[in-house]
Amino acid sequence: MNGYDEERIGELLRLLPDAPEAWVRAAQELPQARGEVDQIVARAEQDAAFRARLVADLESALQAEGYEASPSVLAHVRLRLKSYG
Amino acid sequence: MGETTTDAFLVARCRAGDPEAWNELVERFSRYVYAICMQAYRLSPSDAEDVFQEVFARVYERLDSLRSDDAVRPWIAQLTRRLCIDSLRASGREGPSDAETLEPAGVDDMIGLLDEAMVVRAGLEAVGEPCSEILDRFFCRDESYRTIGEALSLPSGTVASRISRCLGKLKVELEGRS
Repeated sequence: MNGYDEERIGELLRLLPDAPEAWVRAAQELPQARGEVDQIVARAEQDAAFRARLVADLESALQAEGYEASPSVLAHVRLRLKSYG
Repeated sequence: MGETTTDAFLVARCRAGDPEAWNELVERFSRYVYAICMQAYRLSPSDAEDVFQEVFARVYERLDSLRSDDAVRPWIAQLTRRLCIDSLRASGREGPSDAETLEPAGVDDMIGLLDEAMVVRAGLEAVGEPCSEILDRFFCRDESYRTIGEALSLPSGTVASRISRCLGKLKVELEGRS
């Protein structure tokens, strides 16, 4: 950094606004979500109809199957299924 | 002054399975990953969210393969850049698919600035409360004097002088690091 004048400090701080809170929480909850994500994805890989329902409407499909998926589970299942979309 | 954990120590704690350390690591790098996605690569919010989650999923899975715990920030930057390129390629918005062509102009400069901003951010953590909160609210969350005053129970006329004093404190902290 070239010097630490106060204007420059302000400019640099402005470059790093908060990431959306829900994104941060979903990433933080990943360690707890992983087991459930792996289980859902494994089932989706074996069951094409289930996979199609997930790709069409993830949240409703999981609800219909009795999963109470957290935002973290939803985000990571969606990500893992992206290649099927 | 507040206490800060070095990146290396934070990574070591994550490896040791400390769940609180993972939360801190995500908190520390979330703004950085977000800024690379949105400002350097100008991804759509939906693509940026996917890249953001993928970055942290890979960090979680591959933390053991990181050769130097001190190198976590460049590693995360590299990972984010690669995933942003993949996202641009997959979205098909760009014609040619080689990484160099997909890189928006000025990405290296922008990431250099974000690296500097992370140094300032670390200084902000080190100066601790109440300065870190007041500066964060003003510069990063773009809150008005009035909003800050209401949130921190300060007369709004005092907020400007507090910001100035806290900036001075942060400047001293940053000079001590250089």
